[in-house]
Amino acid sequence: MQSETKVAPLEEVLKSDWGGGKSPFGVSWGKLMMWLFILSDAFIFGGFLVGYGTLRISSEKWPETGKVFALNLFGYEVPLLLIAFMTFILVSSSGWMALAVNAAYNRDKKRTVTFLLLTCLFGLIFLGCQAYEWGKLIHEGLRPWFAPDHPPFDGVRNFGACFFMLTGFHGLHVLTGVIYLLIIALRVASGVYERRGSYEAVEIAGLYWHFVDLVWVFIFTFFYLF
Amino acid sequence: MAHAERKHPQVKVYLTVWLWLFVLSFSAYFVDLMNLPFVLKAILLVVIALMKAGLIAAYFMHLRFEKLNLVYTIVLPLILLLALAAGVMPDGLSALMSRW
Repeated sequence: MQSETKVAPLEEVLKSDWGGGKSPFGVSWGKLMMWLFILSDAFIFGGFLVGYGTLRISSEKWPETGKVFALNLFGYEVPLLLIAFMTFILVSSSGWMALAVNAAYNRDKKRTVTFLLLTCLFGLIFLGCQAYEWGKLIHEGLRPWFAPDHPPFDGVRNFGACFFMLTGFHGLHVLTGVIYLLIIALRVASGVYERRGSYEAVEIAGLYWHFVDLVWVFIFTFFYLF
Repeated sequence: MAHAERKHPQVKVYLTVWLWLFVLSFSAYFVDLMNLPFVLKAILLVVIALMKAGLIAAYFMHLRFEKLNLVYTIVLPLILLLALAAGVMPDGLSALMSRW
């Protein structure tokens, strides 16, 4: 007598978390590639942050970031005001991006373009703030290889190295993101994705943008607040 | 297209997450201003950062709505960063000690 073997229907196997088949992760190749890029990029930023942590631990003194990045407002020195504002701007841009992706799901061409352009605008404001911050510190004499021997820098050269490396690399990502999103916005506006019948490119671009915001969370926390 | 059938969050969910990101960012800023003892401040800041990162990844980046094997593929390797920190940072500490 032969025992009965039970076989689950193919669709059920493929839908399960560990089911393989043609598309083991259940996402398109573009989305998977973006995720793998983000993972490798996370290691680059992770490496920078660990390097910064090592230098910071080994330093006897470290400039007080609250004073370095203070902004004079109506005669008061407000610590980290510009950085708080930049964080606000970047979180806002991430919100606009989420709304753009949502509009893309609903195949709403006009709203998708509007929200994408708003995301770009906020990205540019962020970059403007960063340019101001760089200009201010360079004017005060800070360099990637040098720090002035007076407060608030006290000659801690590693501070300049970490600052320009971390924020510069992140700023480069924001700039790349703005260009990337502008291209996507242009393609949405010209109806490329409408004809293709899939707005997934917007969602993939969104993954990149949110990742840039996510990296800022850690730079903000470990470099500016610690 | 299998992924097109997956659940997508509504606008309300995005707005709620957005609001929470603002709240968490400002609480991190205030933790910094409050002159807490270093260890307490460090713990609070790291917890807030991880909460923000979790919200962004889970909702804005839709990780919560992807298949579990993709989630593990992305999240688990990041644990290696802790190994990197554990391997490198003690060196910084010994450099500081040697100068004292």
